[in-house]
Amino acid sequence: MDVNTIKVGMADLNLAKAPHLLTTLGLGSCVGITLYDKINKIAGLAHIMLPSSKEIKNNENKAKFADTGIEELLQSMLKIGANKNNLVAKIAGGSQMFNFNSNNDMLKIGERNVIATKSKLKELNIKIVSEDTGGNFGRTIILDSTDGSLYVKTIGHGEKTI
Amino acid sequence: MTINVDNLNNFMIDILKELGNIGAGNAATALASMISKKVDMDVPNVRILEFSQVAEILGGEENLVIGIYFELTEDIVGNMMFALDINSAINLTNMLFNRKKENLELDEMDISALSEVGNILASSYANSLSALTGLKIFISIPSISIDMAGAILSVPAIQYGHVADHALMIETIFEEDQNLVAGNLFFLPDLSSFNKILTALGVN
Repeated sequence: MDVNTIKVGMADLNLAKAPHLLTTLGLGSCVGITLYDKINKIAGLAHIMLPSSKEIKNNENKAKFADTGIEELLQSMLKIGANKNNLVAKIAGGSQMFNFNSNNDMLKIGERNVIATKSKLKELNIKIVSEDTGGNFGRTIILDSTDGSLYVKTIGHGEKTI
Repeated sequence: MTINVDNLNNFMIDILKELGNIGAGNAATALASMISKKVDMDVPNVRILEFSQVAEILGGEENLVIGIYFELTEDIVGNMMFALDINSAINLTNMLFNRKKENLELDEMDISALSEVGNILASSYANSLSALTGLKIFISIPSISIDMAGAILSVPAIQYGHVADHALMIETIFEEDQNLVAGNLFFLPDLSSFNKILTALGVN
């Protein structure tokens, strides 16, 4: 069987069953959230941009926000046969690409995205088994739905599988 | 007038294009005098992009680019960014330092020179806008990042993500005469500043 790589864009989410791959390219301040059911070999990936749908009027695109994006990802996975008790999470991204000496909240958005992601996963009782977040550089991630491994690639900051 | 990025009319787009034209004209002149070469400037594009398409304007999510980013405050609030690919960056620093370096590595001096070029371009753009509208614009010091286009452009995308499902980028492409250097200058005003600009121009 050919292995397909399914691309997930900014403010988007998607699912894959083994042996397919899910990827999101060039994560900056956004956060990539992966959920994996290792018994049923079902994987999901969301690429969120902002922490909370509650602070914003324009909140129809659920995948744009950590709170609604994770919820939507979970529900879609359950629909195709994942079991919530099997799910574990891995997260990557949330960096600060530019540095300014200001208190502008916009620029700390990466950190806020990571905090909101962790708090939503905790609320849903989904354990984060590994993460690669923060710093000031971009990341490309690839999730393998065969074993749930998450490959993280950067420019000048190495690569690893978490 | 309520401004909605997801549904901008042609009249608004024309005004934004003209702002881009006026801002970038001075910036092109400044760049030309810095490198003592002729610099061509395209008609500005007003791009309204889906978030998933944003990185395509700089060659795709994983393309290595240099982004030099500025915050605008006072009457006009928002950001500006000058972006160029690694080849253009090397050629540009070679012109500035009058040398021939062929490897694609930027040292600290190069990075500092690129920040300064971005600074001069963004400042001349902001000055023209300020002179045209009579609005005060304070521009921050530059912050530079050399990384994947997707990661760099996630910053302006998130800026618009707060208010819309599209990013609005007023873009001007500069090209040095022999095509050795090409760069994109983006003006990224917050929507709250649009009404102020329109009022200042007498079109609201």
